[in-house]
Amino acid sequence: MNAVVTAGCAAPDQAAPLPASVDLEKETVISGVVVAAADGLPVAGGYVRLLDATGEFTAEVVTSPAGQFRFFAAPGTWTLRVLSRSGTGDAAVTVDRGLNELTLTVSP
Amino acid sequence: MSRGTVLVTADWAEKNLGAPGVVFVEVDEDTSAYDGGHLEGAVKLDWKQDLQDPVRRDFVNKQQFEALLSAKGVGNDDAVVLYGGNNNWFAAYAYWYFKLYGHRDVRLLDGGRKKWELDNRPLSTDAVSRPATSYVAGEQDLSIRAFRDEVVDAIGTKNLVDVRSPDEYAGRLLAPAHLPQEQAQRAGHIPTALSVPWSKAANEDGTFKSDDELSTLYGEAGLDGSKATIAYCRIGERSSHTWFVLHELLGQADVKNYDGSWTEYGSLVGVPVALGDEPGEA
Repeated sequence: MNAVVTAGCAAPDQAAPLPASVDLEKETVISGVVVAAADGLPVAGGYVRLLDATGEFTAEVVTSPAGQFRFFAAPGTWTLRVLSRSGTGDAAVTVDRGLNELTLTVSP
Repeated sequence: MSRGTVLVTADWAEKNLGAPGVVFVEVDEDTSAYDGGHLEGAVKLDWKQDLQDPVRRDFVNKQQFEALLSAKGVGNDDAVVLYGGNNNWFAAYAYWYFKLYGHRDVRLLDGGRKKWELDNRPLSTDAVSRPATSYVAGEQDLSIRAFRDEVVDAIGTKNLVDVRSPDEYAGRLLAPAHLPQEQAQRAGHIPTALSVPWSKAANEDGTFKSDDELSTLYGEAGLDGSKATIAYCRIGERSSHTWFVLHELLGQADVKNYDGSWTEYGSLVGVPVALGDEPGEA
């Protein structure tokens, strides 16, 4: 528990596998990859933000070298928004408990 | 305080890299960001390793802070420009921390790492070493730091501002959504606390909104300008961002950051907790 406190609020390594302690029966994980619309290649260092059903900011992570991102949310409807040097992109998703995977595309 | 003395633009920063008397400091929780490329000449501070006591839950003390800044080559008369990832959360936390220990000239880089990267500005991987100094810190300025008893007493009397996301405020989430949700503490918020997420004070690129927009934001949220204010979040870094806005940008006189925040309050036995989207009764 103390570890949780001292772990702070920064986003963990987005390329790391899901920690064994994460219980997918309880957690609602939204993960995926950001790719450029032009060439389909992954976008590293993109800023992905998770917006709630009212459009309010909930969290933001930076994509891994392979373009990956991951959030721990709750069941419901969310919007993902990407800012990157390769452009921007948006996607609305409705998710459930467990692992929810998607691909986001960005264009200038 | 005003924007001109506490905030620098990315353009200003790029022109002043290496300027005498100006020290750039990157503050992150995950210092791999710094290692992958930082502002040229910037030193790094690790939010956890450098600024937190390794055993107790508290800050490094005055002597430890002096030793840290001396080793990093920061002098008492230097202008310290802080920046970092996570929309400057940890940089704002360090800003508050430098003020807590009485550093005179501290500034934030508006937009932090994010704007710098999105602007395609140069980053360096060169090792940085600065000659050591003999830094002298002041005693902690407790006029900007709130502890739990004061927070409990503030219910219904002072402005309490909860700067977490609406879902954390309401108790639907226990942590920011990039972190696993299994947590020790109860969900919810401190009764009477207004919900003003830190993110409402920032633009999408991480820069702060204009003073007019910020005044309107807190006015419409119901912040009573005649009362003292305490800001909190989960562990005190997002609320440093809001403390910076209220105290440093808008110049409100009595604003404290509650660094214990929800991880402390939500674990206290017997204190009131409110659930849902409304502030609740005192």
